[in-house]
This record gives sequence, structure tokens and C-alpha cells, in this order.
Amino acid sequence: MNPTLTIARRELKGYFASPVAFVFIVIFLLLAAFFTFMLGGLFERGEANLLPFFTWHPWLYLFLVPAVGMRMWSEERRLGTIELLLTMPVTPWQAIVGKFLASWVVVGIALALTFPVVMTVNYLGSPDNGVIFAGYLGSLLMAGAYLAVSAMTSAMTRNQVVSFIVAVVICFFLILVGYPPVTNLLTGWAPTWAVEGVAAFSVMTHFESIQKGVLDSRDILYFLSVIAFSLFTTSGIIRAHRAG
Amino acid sequence: MIQVQNLRKEFGPKVAVNGISFTVEKGEVLGFLGPNGAGKSTSMRMITGFIPPTEGSVKVGEFDMLENPIPAKRLIGYLPENAPSYADMSVRGFLAFTAELRGLSGDAGKKAVNRVLEMCFLENVQHQSVETLSKGYRHRTCFAQSIIHDPEVLILDEPTDGLDPNQKHEVRTLIKKMGETKAIIFSTHILEEVEAVCSRAIIIDRGTIVANGTPRDLKMRSDQAGAITVKLVDGNGEAIKAKLSHLNGVDRVSILSERPLTLRVWPRKGSGSDDVSRGIADMAFQERWPLQGLQVEEGRLDEVFRSITLPDTKSTKEETK
Repeated sequence: MNPTLTIARRELKGYFASPVAFVFIVIFLLLAAFFTFMLGGLFERGEANLLPFFTWHPWLYLFLVPAVGMRMWSEERRLGTIELLLTMPVTPWQAIVGKFLASWVVVGIALALTFPVVMTVNYLGSPDNGVIFAGYLGSLLMAGAYLAVSAMTSAMTRNQVVSFIVAVVICFFLILVGYPPVTNLLTGWAPTWAVEGVAAFSVMTHFESIQKGVLDSRDILYFLSVIAFSLFTTSGIIRAHRAG
Repeated sequence: MIQVQNLRKEFGPKVAVNGISFTVEKGEVLGFLGPNGAGKSTSMRMITGFIPPTEGSVKVGEFDMLENPIPAKRLIGYLPENAPSYADMSVRGFLAFTAELRGLSGDAGKKAVNRVLEMCFLENVQHQSVETLSKGYRHRTCFAQSIIHDPEVLILDEPTDGLDPNQKHEVRTLIKKMGETKAIIFSTHILEEVEAVCSRAIIIDRGTIVANGTPRDLKMRSDQAGAITVKLVDGNGEAIKAKLSHLNGVDRVSILSERPLTLRVWPRKGSGSDDVSRGIADMAFQERWPLQGLQVEEGRLDEVFRSITLPDTKSTKEETK
């Protein structure tokens, strides 16, 4: 079997052997429901779409996703199993991708378990399911980007708390640069191209256009490049750590 | 099987390993000795490809560890220091995972896992999670992992650390047996282990190899090697010492203890211990000394170890023990 999949399977078992996966899924579902129905007012709006559901995801993921990803490499370093793993006939890249995929699956499972909300809007009205699908895809891609950032920060330290905090800060930054209150501050004095250039680095900008149902390849490419860049940096950090 | 050439590792300004070279062939068990911080673990980490060397090369089988790491790693089984393992997995699950990474899945994997479970006496804890196990079991679980693919090369960093005397004995027997067909490097602090298991030993100190030879060769370097210990029920120590000093071929004599009277006789260079001990026996017979024992010392590894890894404090000529 492919070592990447072997590692991914082990990681996935690890997530479910510890309470991490269950705690994440339950809290994600509770908070998603709270935001969607209480703050988003899904019913009161009288519109058959999932905008109030997806709008909160960048914020919801901000704290929950780094919590899933923080143990990815720091735990390996703390236990010393990284030495075991990387002296196996496995390339570091296979290990990095395998671990990342497993954590992505955990978030994916949580996201999939929000299906009742889709059924609800379909029962109450006739939403555009294409837009909903795009929203899910965007949400999953965004979670992947956060996870890749968390993978990177967890490779930096053997301390999970440090890994968590640094990941949250980076993800927060990725949100803020495209968050309207922040970009509005810039528009006052900066040229438009500069504001748009900064906002182009934000998950907000790209996630919003996807959740509107516009599947632009640039948005998808953005998330994929954040993932690729972060994982690539992870491999650089691991290599530097081994070289001493 | 393992060729280490001019291996060097620097951590910032600190030189951890300073140009070591050696080879290990199949059928050899190489003991890696040295004080803490001498560079043993760093060397092993470079040999297994976990950390890249600053300079030098490692060749395992026909593969260079730097240029061709995957096939090189395939040939190696490795037990890292402190025997790490995934705490949240069961022993069986952990071994199955490592087997799979080694390319043993399905029936072959199951067979490999069962084989090492039996070899390392882990059958009755196979379904327990690793974190619930005692240190000895955890250690053996990681050891089992290192031999799961029946590797041609085994690198073991302190394989008997934390085991009780029975387990130590088992592991030593296992290493010795596997050493007949594999190339094994293992590090240890326990010198008796080297004598019991190794076909060759390397002493490493401050990153350099300071001795390389069979345990017997190394022991011969001991100051005691070839000296003769004479034990008498009682007698006048000084008088006997004077008499022995005038014996043919004797270099010097010292009194180790008064009661029972024990003396050590060092033969002069070039004269054999056998002749001198025969001379002592004859003298004891003539002088009617109540001779209790007469023994030619083999030399002691710990003494050799101390004398070459502690160059500042000179090994005491008058060994009092």
C-alpha cells in the first residue's frame, strides 16, 4: 500500500482514538447550528439559501481547525516518533501529505455531518443546490488552508499550545486582510490596486465569491496554493530541524 | 554492509561527531561505546538517515544514504534512543502500521507481526495500548518494530536500557543470535554487554573514535592485562612483596589488601605471564606461603574505557581494587 495512505490511515485512527476528533465534530456542529440559526437567523430571513450558515465558517474555523492540526507534527516531535517515521522507507513529503490528508478528512466528516441544514432549506423552499455545493467546496478548501497553516506551525515546535496560538494568529491575519472593516481602513488613503492586492491574500475574499456560487478557478487556485505553500514550508521546517 | 566514511556533524559551533569512519559486515555485532554526549546517538541518527551529516557519507548495502535514502532505509531496522512509539495505538496496531510502511501488508504483515510478537514476548499485551505499558514492554515494542521486516542491518540505540535483568538477558541473546546473519550496530553503557554480545567494539569520545577492536583486544590494553594476582591466607606483606620483586621477569609488585593478603605482580615487558606465575608458584612452595589463589588477569574493559575516555585524570597505576 502507498505509504501516504498508510500514514493517513494511522493518523485518522489516532484522531478517533483520542477525543480530538469527537470534540471537534461535536463543538463544530453545535457552534455551526448556533451561528446559523441564532445569529444568522436562517428561518427569519425567509430566503432559501445557506448564506447564514457559510458566512460564519471563516471565524468558526479560526479556533477549531488549528485545534485539530496542532498535534500533527508537535506530537511527533514530543514523543520522538518523528525519528521512527522518518527513518522508515518513506519520504518526508509522503508523511506530510498523509498527515495533512487525515486531518482534512476529520474536518470533512464534521462538515458532511451538517447535512441536516441542507435538508432543512430544501424542505422549506427550493434553494439553488449548486450554490450550496459550491459553499461546501469553498468551506472545505478553506479548512484545508487553515489545516496546512496549522501543519506548518506544529512542525515548528514540540509544544501544541504554541503551535495552536501561532496558527490562530496566522489564520486570523489571513481573514483580516480581506475583512471589510479592515479593507475600509485602507481604501481611505491607499490606491485601489493596493487594497485589492492585499485583499487577494485573504481567505475572506476568495471564500465569499465561492459561497455566492461563483466557482472561479482563481479562488480554488488560491486555496490550493496556500495549502501547497504551507506544506512546502512544513517540509522545509522539518528538514531544517533535522539538520540541526 | 555498512560503510561509514569520515562522518562529521556540527550543531552550530559545536562539533558533535568529528570525522568517524568504520565498516560493519554481515555476521558482525559492533558495540558502540562512549560516555554520555560522546556522539553515539548522533552518529546512529546519521547512519539511519534521520539527520543529514555535515560532511562524509554513509553507505548501506549498495545504497548511499544521502543520494538514495529510500532503498537504503529499507535495509535498516532502527531502534531509536528511548524507544519511541505512538502512545495511542495498541501494540499490535503499532506493529502492523510499521509492517505496512515496510511494505508488508495483508497476510505477510500479519505473519510478520505475529513473528515479532512471539520473539519479543509481547503476545499477552498485544491488544493493550502502548501508553498503558511499563517501560520494559514499551521498549520491547519498539524493538519488535525494528526487526519486523527481518532487516539485513540493525541499528540499536541502547537496546537494553530500562529492561530488568531477565529481559536484558533475553535481548542480548536475541542480538547475538541475529548477529550471525545480520550487520548490527548497538550502543550501550554496559560494558559487560559488550563482552557478552559484540564481535567488535568501538569506543567513541568527543566525536572521534578512540579505540576499535575486538573486546579481547581492548581488554589487552588494560593496565591489569597479564598481571598476576596472588592471594595468601596471611603473611608479612612487605617481606613477600620484596621477595616477589626479585623474581625473574617481574617488573613491579603492589599490595592490594592486607587481609586476606593480596598482591599483584606485573611481569616485565617481553616476559610471559605464564613463566612468572610458575615462578611465583615455585617460590610459594619453597617459602611455605599459605597460597590461596593465583590468577592471571585478563584485563578489564571498564578500566580501558576509563583510561581512554578520561585523558585528563590519568588512569591510576596502582589499581586498588
